[in-house]
Amino acid sequence: MSLLDWLFDGLLGLTMLWLGIRVVSGAELLNTIMSFIGLGILMALAWMRLGAPDVALAEAALGGGVTGALLLAAFNRLKDAPSVQTEQDDKD
Amino acid sequence: MIKTDPLRFIAILLALLTIVAFGHMLAWSLWTLPPEAAGLSLIVNEKMPESGVDAQVTAILLNFRSYDTLLELVVLLVALLGAWYLGKLHLPPQDSKPGLVLEGLVRFLVPVMILVTGYILWLGSHAAGGAFQAGALLAGAGVLMLVVIAEKVAVRDGVRLRALLVAGPGVFALVAGGLMLSGKLMLQYPQQHAGSLILLIEAASTLTIGITLTLLFAGGRPHRGKTD
Repeated sequence: MSLLDWLFDGLLGLTMLWLGIRVVSGAELLNTIMSFIGLGILMALAWMRLGAPDVALAEAALGGGVTGALLLAAFNRLKDAPSVQTEQDDKD
Repeated sequence: MIKTDPLRFIAILLALLTIVAFGHMLAWSLWTLPPEAAGLSLIVNEKMPESGVDAQVTAILLNFRSYDTLLELVVLLVALLGAWYLGKLHLPPQDSKPGLVLEGLVRFLVPVMILVTGYILWLGSHAAGGAFQAGALLAGAGVLMLVVIAEKVAVRDGVRLRALLVAGPGVFALVAGGLMLSGKLMLQYPQQHAGSLILLIEAASTLTIGITLTLLFAGGRPHRGKTD
């Protein structure tokens, strides 16, 4: 493996780790959803690098595409629904 | 000055210790892995000529472990039924009419995506591809249409829609039952017809997966309609 490969894979892994942390610890819901979609697409790239094109295709289409769209649709509905946040604030 | 809470200090210490211990375990197990493990690939390679397809992943999903795939399709159907029981389909009103460029792009993209769906489905027999990837792509086309030109795609509950929703698991189950009736084991394809049976199941599954995922995105049970 050449230096460039190492560099690319290292950068890919670190970016995925960073996105993963953003997904679980982000405060803004829309931001976390965007991070999740980005993570899905990078994950597809990682599967490709590991030599698994089948998994990469499925991950890109399902993880990056459909799940992202589902989460965004759910987010849109949450916006209209009575806020969950205020309920928690009341308890505190 | 931050007040030092002894309990908090112990908790952080415990967490750190756990991370270090777990990291060591992970590193150790990675270190002791054989560099190249054959796994089941030897058996798969040996049986490939009997599978009816040239792609290993498709052979495993649709032939060697086809029972799992059948159940996966049923899981997808159950997921949609769950969403349907939660309420009626209610597409959010669109903020504004889509622009000419956006609508034109979608009108151009959707047929292309359907074409690529067919290509990926066909590709599954000898390279990376297959029903799930093709179905997800079809769902992508459906979601695009729902997002941009929702008022022009009338989703109506009816016999046709329901037939499409059960086409995948239905065809799969019919093939399984037919094989059992003809004296074979469940899903034990006859070798000379294995390829075409797999393609048939995959084609039906692609439609089902695409439409199920699109309807999951729409959420809720569509209204009954006379037209469809």
